[in-house]
Amino acid sequence: MSDTSLHNLTRSAEPEFADYVALLKPRVMSLVVFTALVGLLVAPVPVHPFIVFTSVLFIAIGGGASGALNMWWDADIDRIMRRTAKRPIPSGKVSEGEALGLGLALSGLSVMMLALSANLVAAGLLAFTIFFYVVIYTMWLKRWTPQNIVIGGAAGAFPPMIGWAVATGGVSVESVLMFMLIFIWTPPHFWSLALFMKSDYDDAGVPMLTVTHGHDATRRHILGYTVLLAACSLGLAFTTIGGPVYLTAALVLNFRFLVGAWKLWKRDTPQAEADAYGEEKRFFKLSLWYLFLHFSALLADAALRGLGLTGGAA
Amino acid sequence: MIRATHEIHDRRRSRNLGLGLVLIAFVGIVFGMTIVKVGNGEDVLGTGMVTQEAGQ
Repeated sequence: MSDTSLHNLTRSAEPEFADYVALLKPRVMSLVVFTALVGLLVAPVPVHPFIVFTSVLFIAIGGGASGALNMWWDADIDRIMRRTAKRPIPSGKVSEGEALGLGLALSGLSVMMLALSANLVAAGLLAFTIFFYVVIYTMWLKRWTPQNIVIGGAAGAFPPMIGWAVATGGVSVESVLMFMLIFIWTPPHFWSLALFMKSDYDDAGVPMLTVTHGHDATRRHILGYTVLLAACSLGLAFTTIGGPVYLTAALVLNFRFLVGAWKLWKRDTPQAEADAYGEEKRFFKLSLWYLFLHFSALLADAALRGLGLTGGAA
Repeated sequence: MIRATHEIHDRRRSRNLGLGLVLIAFVGIVFGMTIVKVGNGEDVLGTGMVTQEAGQ
């Protein structure tokens, strides 16, 4: 190969390793790792530390694979939106075919390896999660309904349930409530962000509630989901994985979250613009802590139980 | 004349190195999983046979 032809090669022909890693949405993977790990560690069945490591790794790879398939399918709208224009496909670093290949290969590999590392129930749940996120959410509902965030949230809610299945080989009320906690948390989290972020979803043809139904309807939806969320969160405190730390955290966090949602509901757009969406930004920041502290509290109670300092249910 | 330090070589090296490390890690993971499963007396090969310790 001559020097000239080397120079003529486009950047897309030679992606770096980091470009493939970026396809797996590492930031989303970190949430998957954390919640799956908590789901696994709070389960009443002890698991060998190496199996914990490999199982969480394959759950994360499965999540990453669905991210790559999402980027493959959404490459057309990612090119339009500023937030996503720098992703590996729209920026020309990785071709669409490579993203599809990587996504499919890692999906198959992660499910197969989770079956070997843990059990078929966990692997089946991971396969369903990938299918749900890619086919039901990305391909079907994302561009069709303003409830897309609600449906997409379900895919992000599966990891603790898979983690629980790794340890126990099944599904229980505890794992379903951990699923519900993330599932119901997702809409208020994203809609509060959508209230203050100037988004170009409309240009991309993605129906967001803030655009299709307006800010007032979005504020009502946030309050409604926050009330539902409080019920799920407190319900979890009275299962076998709840404990004093979780109950305390849930009471404090839900009180603050409900007050925040109430304040958002009482405001309108001119009031929000007057203080540069300060309340909306505070609520969004609180939503990040809300989920992190709930799962941390579950882990703390599991540690206390492990040390024999507390009993079973709260 | 090809310059050895062309940017394209750096990108290719990063990819090859990354893939190499991933493959080594994968081998290590499969090996580790096998050791743990056999150590626990699980029927890893699906032959219906388990280790003597687990069968006792």
